[in-house]
Amino acid sequence: MKLIFERSVPGRRCSILPPCDVPETDLGEFGRTKELHLPEVSENDISRHYTELAKETHGVNDGQYPLGSCTMKYNPKINEYTASLPGFTGVHPLQPERTVQGCLKVLHTAEKLFGEITGMDAMTFEPAAGAHGEFTGLLLIKAYHDRRGDTKRTKIIVPDSAHGTNPASAVMAGFMVVNIPSTEDGLVDLDALRAAVGEDTAGLMLTNPNTVGLFDKNILTITQIVHEAGGLNYYDGANLNAVMGVARPGDMGFDVVHLNLHKTFSTPHGGGGPGSGPVGCKAFLKEYLPGAGVVQTPDGYCFAHHADSVGSVKAFYGNFLVVVKALTYILMLGREGIREASQNAVLNANYIRTGLADAYDMAYDETCMHEFVMSLEQEKHAIHVSAMDIAKSLLDYGIHPPTMYFPLIVHEALMVEPTETESKETLDELIHAFLEIHEKAKTDPAYVQSAPHTTAVKRLDEVQAARNPRLRYVFE
Amino acid sequence: MNFPKELKYSKSHEWVSYEQDGTVLIGITDYAQKELGDLVFVNLPEEGDGVTAGEALGDVESVKAVSDIYSPVTGTVAEINEELLDAPQKINEDPYGAWLIRVENVTDTEELLDADAYEAFTKEENQ
Repeated sequence: MKLIFERSVPGRRCSILPPCDVPETDLGEFGRTKELHLPEVSENDISRHYTELAKETHGVNDGQYPLGSCTMKYNPKINEYTASLPGFTGVHPLQPERTVQGCLKVLHTAEKLFGEITGMDAMTFEPAAGAHGEFTGLLLIKAYHDRRGDTKRTKIIVPDSAHGTNPASAVMAGFMVVNIPSTEDGLVDLDALRAAVGEDTAGLMLTNPNTVGLFDKNILTITQIVHEAGGLNYYDGANLNAVMGVARPGDMGFDVVHLNLHKTFSTPHGGGGPGSGPVGCKAFLKEYLPGAGVVQTPDGYCFAHHADSVGSVKAFYGNFLVVVKALTYILMLGREGIREASQNAVLNANYIRTGLADAYDMAYDETCMHEFVMSLEQEKHAIHVSAMDIAKSLLDYGIHPPTMYFPLIVHEALMVEPTETESKETLDELIHAFLEIHEKAKTDPAYVQSAPHTTAVKRLDEVQAARNPRLRYVFE
Repeated sequence: MNFPKELKYSKSHEWVSYEQDGTVLIGITDYAQKELGDLVFVNLPEEGDGVTAGEALGDVESVKAVSDIYSPVTGTVAEINEELLDAPQKINEDPYGAWLIRVENVTDTEELLDADAYEAFTKEENQ
């Protein structure tokens, strides 16, 4: 397809702008000397351009999206309705508080409800995404130790099944990372954890259920080991969709959590974002939170700055409209609905896992939570069909591939997370597709190795794309 | 797959070559590059940095994942193979020619395998 710049025709215009109603000022030496590279197109050109782009992508509105660990659930339309109400869109972050009481009530209510779901006492909505939340949460842990004069706590413990963002965030926050191995059954190795903690332990970062889709049954022992060593426990909320309304990080011994509103709470994930990664904490960490929280007074809602804040991590109040969407979602579902969503997410994952277990090797052959991991290692060695080939083949069925080659502790991994918003019929379609591809791989491996065959673009040269990325249009 | 006799091997799939001037060259094995697939980035330490046996000395990135490279020896980085930074594919093309770093003042070495033992080890890993 043509790029927008290739559609450009000199002099073509879109809208007629209203006349300038403020005096013009010459910026002198600060004025731009070169013409801006803007595409010159009509509204019709732009409309067709975006429709064409949309046709070449795959989103939740196109079909299934069982991308493990990403919780690509359906984004209810009512979220878009509430987030486009003029009372939320037509405001300025510096308006007097009395004129934005509705917005403040949203933040206050969201803090209360997300606190209830996670078992936390306070929350900030500033962080713009998950990893941003991790970084913010780690700053709270750092502030806690520093303010106590306990400056030798420099290490964060991360299991080897963790998301790559965990060690990255820990390093960004100034910590050293200690990796601990998982046991054969995919859980935290308690002996390794006991050996790793000490006077230099600042904290532990953990995802529960973990990245292989298993709930760590030793969670209370794990958090206790860290607490007894003087460290704090950080809950990565990536997999909260498995336990909402059922189990709370706050009751598992965690002190800090982050949520991904764009995963668990139905706001768009990926290019359709932006994201939002609120951070919740127990009361003893509250005053370290970034910026200001919202408090309710007899005169209405107002902002209250945290006394010993680690400082703001984003301008103003974060991606506020995403919070509006997520709050809409939990109010629509209610207490029972939240719990039911998680239960169905777990049921759906187990339905697919059971339907595939005869054909595919399950990395951990037991009841899973909201996602599970298969290994294509055997197929790769026996018939030279890899996880990548199976993933690419799914594209021919109009299904987005699962997560590939993650977590790193499973070789040739495919990680499947259907979410609760798929029906039994679509789950059956997915199972059918997986089984048919597996059969095909045995009888005609070359076909599977060269998939996809029906998509707009075929197998892309990912190596070339990584080595020589061409990320922008080059003007003559 | 190729397992040159004159090299020593670690269980984390690095090779070690003892040079005549007392320094040590470190690279990743043919088996490792095959398992990783096409490499697109390499992160190496800097000259003068210390490396410790059993700890990461850098990492390599393929289109699949980023993987740590572990140092089989403790010592000081005397030289890095700068050519690889712009051309990581050389590791895929010639894993035993494309050394990553040269280490001097080697004070400690982890237990290394000879070519036959390493070949047997990779076969076990593939079972």
